Amino acid sequence: MSAVVARDIVKKFGEVPAVNGISLTVPDGEFMVLLGPSGCGKTTFLRIICGLEQQTSGDLLIGGKLVNEMPPRARGVAMMFQSYGLYPHYTVRNNIAFPLKTQRMPREKIEKQVEWASQLLGISHLLDRRPRQLSGGERQRVALARALVREPTALLLDEPLSNLDAKLRTSARQEIKNFQMRVGLTTIYVTHDQVEAMGMGDRIAVIDHGKIRQVGTPTEIYNDPADLFVATFVGAPPMNIVTHNGGGYLGFRPENFLPKDMIEDGAATEFSFRVDRSEYLGSERIVYGVMEGFESKQPITAKLPPAHVREGSIRPGEWHPFAVKNSALRRFDNSGNRATH
Amino acid sequence: MAVIAEPITKPVSRFHFFLDRREVLELFLVAPAIIYVLLLVGLPLLLAVYYSLSAYTVYDPTWKFVGLANFRDIIQNPTFIQTLVNTFIFTFGSQLLGLVLGKFGAFLLLRPFPGRKIVRALIVLPFVIPVALATIAWRWLFDSLYSVFNWTLIALGILDRADVPNWLGTPWLAMLCVVIINAWRFFPFAIVIFLAGITAVPQDVVDAATVDGAGFWRRNYQIILPMILPIMAIGLIFGIVFTFTDLSIVFLLTQGGPVGATSVLAFAGFKTGIESGDVSHGAAISLFMLPVLLIVTVLMLRFIRRREI
Repeated sequence: MSAVVARDIVKKFGEVPAVNGISLTVPDGEFMVLLGPSGCGKTTFLRIICGLEQQTSGDLLIGGKLVNEMPPRARGVAMMFQSYGLYPHYTVRNNIAFPLKTQRMPREKIEKQVEWASQLLGISHLLDRRPRQLSGGERQRVALARALVREPTALLLDEPLSNLDAKLRTSARQEIKNFQMRVGLTTIYVTHDQVEAMGMGDRIAVIDHGKIRQVGTPTEIYNDPADLFVATFVGAPPMNIVTHNGGGYLGFRPENFLPKDMIEDGAATEFSFRVDRSEYLGSERIVYGVMEGFESKQPITAKLPPAHVREGSIRPGEWHPFAVKNSALRRFDNSGNRATH
Repeated sequence: MAVIAEPITKPVSRFHFFLDRREVLELFLVAPAIIYVLLLVGLPLLLAVYYSLSAYTVYDPTWKFVGLANFRDIIQNPTFIQTLVNTFIFTFGSQLLGLVLGKFGAFLLLRPFPGRKIVRALIVLPFVIPVALATIAWRWLFDSLYSVFNWTLIALGILDRADVPNWLGTPWLAMLCVVIINAWRFFPFAIVIFLAGITAVPQDVVDAATVDGAGFWRRNYQIILPMILPIMAIGLIFGIVFTFTDLSIVFLLTQGGPVGATSVLAFAGFKTGIESGDVSHGAAISLFMLPVLLIVTVLMLRFIRRREI
């Protein structure tokens, strides 16, 4: 288990930079999530860490050792792939044993390690099956067992849950997180799913166009986005962004945008809101509309708790007084970066 | 109560949508292939079986049944045994060489390089050139007086003019030549098979092996090769069947010589049955291939089924 440090990593495919100067420090034992839209360079960055791609420039340190020139097998990191990459012609036992065999570990020790890893993930009863005889969730565990069996320096996960159905994904998310906390393994987890990122990460690095836009805890990312990209990428529905009359942008989360009578606190800013449409989703109601005197590219959304909202205060086609607590307002300058005040 | 006029049901001919019926259409589309196979493969095969059990010759076209006498005759003939051995050497030697060349070729063609598409197009040439043309060219390369190989070796000073090999005149060299030419014809096919197999291996699996610490050789021989084994086996079945039944290269290059050193089953069957007119013995020789190929094919297909992933 070791810290992973990247210093100004650049990777160009031809002239196109896929990774455009990423510097990131993942301390020992941290669960770091790389979050970004598809094609933002997060997977390329992960492949550089494990050595499947060679960076064009920049330094990479694993456990304090410079590994720029090291082949993947010398780095000691394990990676779990989106489609798991299990070896279809091997049994589960041999799949898990493969990373140990490449290290020429003695047979008895291999058996012991395979036993340990399969018990850890509850797949001892599957050892003699082949990957095609397993369900999606079982395959995922086998892949995880194979990654862990040689006790890697760091564990890299590339969208490991995207091949599971929604229900299984939730439980697998818990499992991976619990497991990581128990083993205390340095983990770098790539996803485009913000729910996974928020729920699992100790810290999140939001990446766009090959650059890190912000690194922080889930709370920091959500409450104090560093720029408009982070503000609109994280959160569903995203943060409302309107052009402020004094220049720059004003942002607020939909759940902070409430009918005025629901805010008891005095320090709030009032807006006039015309409701166009509303969606009832059971636990919440999403209301779409426009705000008087402010411009926005997207319709303004408000996320309301249905149980506490009067029907009259959100009637479609009418203007209603809405408000946002001043502490929940975020200001961005003209270039989209967070303004200090 | 409102009376609704009942629409007149128009009788539709029973055969109007005849071809829309799945089972009829299936039969209709498959029939040409079945008829073709029955007429051009099934019938001659039955005929060959009958000939091999009769005393039929061109000079005495009798249908007299003689049982297995023809087979007994050819097995007792030492030339036939040599022919059988030759056929195995020819088939498996050229397949092995072709596979090795094919794997090399596939690896070279896998990586992008300038002009790869042209090379890919050119590499199938041995496969598409008419075998007669190609063999004549090879005959010149192996000629006793004008052999390009010999002249090159002499010019390079590796060989003395006095002891150049007589490629087609020495029994084992002649066999080697036949094997080389057949391997040369087969290897583009092997390349195509290998390329298809290797590109079908998911990149994730190869990447996983790399991260798991496997180097080039382990990746190739423990991951990629076992995964493409089934598709390779199919290619090999084709290669074996076609080579085992082939007579063109032997016919054009050596005529089975020197002293029967390159005679193979198909060639011997042709010589005896067609050229000498001894149809019954020729048929018996040809039918000898059947059990061999059957066993090889069944074994390999069973192997593939077991390996299926």
